[in-house]
Amino acid sequence: MGIQAHFAVDGLSLLLVLLTGFLGLMAVAASWTVIRARVGFYYFNLLLVLAGITGVFLALDLFLFYFLWELMLIPMYFLIDLWGHERRHAAAIKFFIFTQLSGLLMLLSILGLYFAHGRSTGVYTFDYPQLLGTTLSPAAARWLLLGFAAAFLVKLPAVPFHTWLPDAHTEAPTAGSIILAGLLLKTGAYGLLRFAVPLFPGAAAQFAPAAMLLGVLGILYGAVLACAQTDFKRLVAYTSVSHLGFVLLGIFAGNLLAQQGAVLQMICHGLSTGALFLLVGALDERIHTRDLRRMGGLWAVVPRMGAVALFFALASLGLPGLGNFVAEFLVLLGAFQVSAVAGVVAATGLIAATVYALWMIQQSFHGTAREAWKLADLNAREMAALLAMAAALLWLGLYPQPALDAAAPALERLERPGDFEQKLTKVTKQPQAPGCCLIPSSFTSLPSCKILPLIAALPVPAAALSLAEKISSRCEGLTIWKSGKRERRGRFSFHDFVSSKLTLLCFDCGYAALNSFAAIPPGGAR
Amino acid sequence: MNGGDLLALGPLIALGLTAVVVMLAAAFCRNHRLAVALTLAGLTAAGVALVCAWPLTPRQVTPLLLIDRPALFYTGLMLAAALVVTLLSHGYLEQQPIGRREEYYVLVLTTTLGAGVLAASAHFASFFLGLELLSVSLFALVAYPRTNPLCIEAGIKYLVLAGTSSAFLLFGVGLVYAALGTLDFARLAAAAAGGAAPGLLILAGVSLTLVGIGFKLSLVPFHLWAPDVYQGAPAPVAALVATVSKGAVFALLLRYVGQLPVSQHAALFTMFTVLAIASMFIGNWLALLQQNVKRLLAYSSIAHMGYLLVALLAGGRWAPAAVAVYLTAYFVTTLGAFGVVAVLSPRGRDADAPEDILGLAWRRPWLAGVFTLMLLSLAGIPLTAGFVGKFFVLAAGVNSNLWLLAAALAVNSAIGLFYYLRLIVLLFRQPAPAPAATPPLPRLAAAALGALTLALLWLGVYPAPFLQLIRMLMPD
Repeated sequence: MGIQAHFAVDGLSLLLVLLTGFLGLMAVAASWTVIRARVGFYYFNLLLVLAGITGVFLALDLFLFYFLWELMLIPMYFLIDLWGHERRHAAAIKFFIFTQLSGLLMLLSILGLYFAHGRSTGVYTFDYPQLLGTTLSPAAARWLLLGFAAAFLVKLPAVPFHTWLPDAHTEAPTAGSIILAGLLLKTGAYGLLRFAVPLFPGAAAQFAPAAMLLGVLGILYGAVLACAQTDFKRLVAYTSVSHLGFVLLGIFAGNLLAQQGAVLQMICHGLSTGALFLLVGALDERIHTRDLRRMGGLWAVVPRMGAVALFFALASLGLPGLGNFVAEFLVLLGAFQVSAVAGVVAATGLIAATVYALWMIQQSFHGTAREAWKLADLNAREMAALLAMAAALLWLGLYPQPALDAAAPALERLERPGDFEQKLTKVTKQPQAPGCCLIPSSFTSLPSCKILPLIAALPVPAAALSLAEKISSRCEGLTIWKSGKRERRGRFSFHDFVSSKLTLLCFDCGYAALNSFAAIPPGGAR
Repeated sequence: MNGGDLLALGPLIALGLTAVVVMLAAAFCRNHRLAVALTLAGLTAAGVALVCAWPLTPRQVTPLLLIDRPALFYTGLMLAAALVVTLLSHGYLEQQPIGRREEYYVLVLTTTLGAGVLAASAHFASFFLGLELLSVSLFALVAYPRTNPLCIEAGIKYLVLAGTSSAFLLFGVGLVYAALGTLDFARLAAAAAGGAAPGLLILAGVSLTLVGIGFKLSLVPFHLWAPDVYQGAPAPVAALVATVSKGAVFALLLRYVGQLPVSQHAALFTMFTVLAIASMFIGNWLALLQQNVKRLLAYSSIAHMGYLLVALLAGGRWAPAAVAVYLTAYFVTTLGAFGVVAVLSPRGRDADAPEDILGLAWRRPWLAGVFTLMLLSLAGIPLTAGFVGKFFVLAAGVNSNLWLLAAALAVNSAIGLFYYLRLIVLLFRQPAPAPAATPPLPRLAAAALGALTLALLWLGVYPAPFLQLIRMLMPD
């Protein structure tokens, strides 16, 4: 069947796995006193959903990925349905059906890709590295991309498919909301970055303008609706729609800046929204309402809670110095280079963000007290959890470089074919003496795996060959295919494929089918 | 007929003999436990005979029966289902006010025999014989609790409609015979493949036989009997109708249609596509409107037959494997779901009202867990057998580029999820103020449910050994 348990981790996965572990701890902290009924079954579900999410971030076999994608739904469903708020049954079913249907469309696409790859190469496999660079007709690639995009855009959620989100987030228990907003939504963005775009680069480029439009729509629509909410939790839920719009915009803007911004936004949104949900949960546990119209003047009663809420509200609106600002700025910068209109319109979303964040604080903690609330301030456990999240946001705001560097290699592979060809022509236009090998200076800035197509494009075979000899020691992740069978993986000698008719696939970048070497006479190597 | 032929027919002979033995035992010494023990022993013996017959395949025994690997596989599946139904029936019948319980098992055995004949038939005569053996046994079983008017009504409804569909079937067979002069499936296939297009007579004949088959499978628009019969029949019998009867007819359909070039023949292909899509959408849509658990399962099984048709239509190498995997998963799941209803049933009626399962998770956590797993498997959620089945069916459909059917399947899975989840929500609701007394769990039924749950998880988590077996069914 070609199914295997293939897990792998790179910088992007690692960041998200770390986020999963961290928010998992926060979710436990949030459930400490709230959950009193059926405690064992509750933590069973909580751990299972975290396991499913971690698996999604690590799986590199498409069947395994789908399996884990579905696996995380059931425990989430139980978390909402058994421990949620008043209208939990409807919300849980809505959540499940939206994600399940879109997931099945993705399964259809996965199967379509499986059979397309099997028919063209004779190798039936769900292995992601092998499926990269499958040759597809443009129409087929478009349809298959749509299947994947359906699952990921619903999960993200992009605007027309977002209606499950406010209900599910509002009705879930606090820990459920933290996991939903902090992690589950990120699986959609991760899926786009890891699967949808690299598997179908051409179709994704065609789809990009529409996706960016959806992203911008999401930013504005989510922010405007957030301004109109009176339920504290629902308000926070709608801000998620707005923030995830930035992620979508960043992913499909297609340049490194915007995509790094998108990854950073995924992490910062997880932290800031998770913290806001934790605060709302703490407040709800104490005063048993989430209605903003009944709150007001709470700062005087619970000053610590007020201060922390203000901090995270400011993070949410994108205050410089906090992680969300860096993320949104990078996304806007990157998007502006691609489409100035998209960048400008998306930037107005920040104004709406300011309105809803400040209105939220003004209604709940500032102003005059509308009811005589008597409640305890945050205790040590809650303070510890919130301060840890605040510290992480500050760190990402002041020194985001480690996170950006970690994600960069994974993102560099996503560059569109067009970008790469541009670089290639730049390199090959440099003056070269025949027989003399020139390694362009921009060469080092390219990831090593991009080198091979470059050799193919060099006009002088001798130059190409000596160049290749130099770099073949650098280039890992290469697999040599001899008449459809995998022969060797890893380091290789260049003569291996000059002497016979071989196809080279570079799995690191997905750049495939490089058999122009066959035209080079074997003697040319010396 | 020689020794090898007899050995190949071993499972069917063992079933027939056991039916006679149980009947005679009941005549001389009425004892419920004895009847159950004899039935279980007979079914086990048939299973052993099946293993002995496996190396002989494929073998044509008389013109009527072709014992090949798929035939033996499906017979084995139905033996296992009959075993589970017997285990469930013991406790259920003890609970119900039924005077004479022993003949029930004779009927279960003859039902299984009919199913085995259907799975092995290669000829319209054995097809009809098997179908009637199956149907007649089932009329009697559905109406077995004679004092319950609901059961009598269901039995009569089944009798009348099955009789009508048999008439259609026979008419169709007659037309095919008139056109070809043969009742052999293989010769029909040769005739259909030889000419450029089969004549109108053959097409009409085949279509009419499909009416008979569609009735047994309760495909839309031949589905009207299903909910009433499922609701009226005792829960273990409903399980038998849903699994053994449908499974046998599907095994036959696989062989029958496998001989015809369905994918190349536009009229037949369109007919099957319409049947599949209508069954999926109407089955699921009507299931949405149900409150009664057994009626809901009836409509959901209509939809499941629609899913199975997708695998059948896909054809090629994947179809037999996909049908086998899906049917196995469907058997395990359906038996489990009806089994839970059976063990919950108080005296005099079946526990199929929503109130019966309300808050079950807090009264009977294990039983609720089993029911939840069965429902999740029906919905095709990972880690359960249903997911593996659905995956195979989708793979078969996509492999043959049946995108419309595959998409319909995906959409319907989401619709189906809604009513399965609604039942699960009921299970996990807070207990009603006065929980109704439920009968204690019979030991045999508990063993059966435990085994089904293990099978469901095993197929869902580690299907590799089972797929190895399935691979032997695929044509080389």
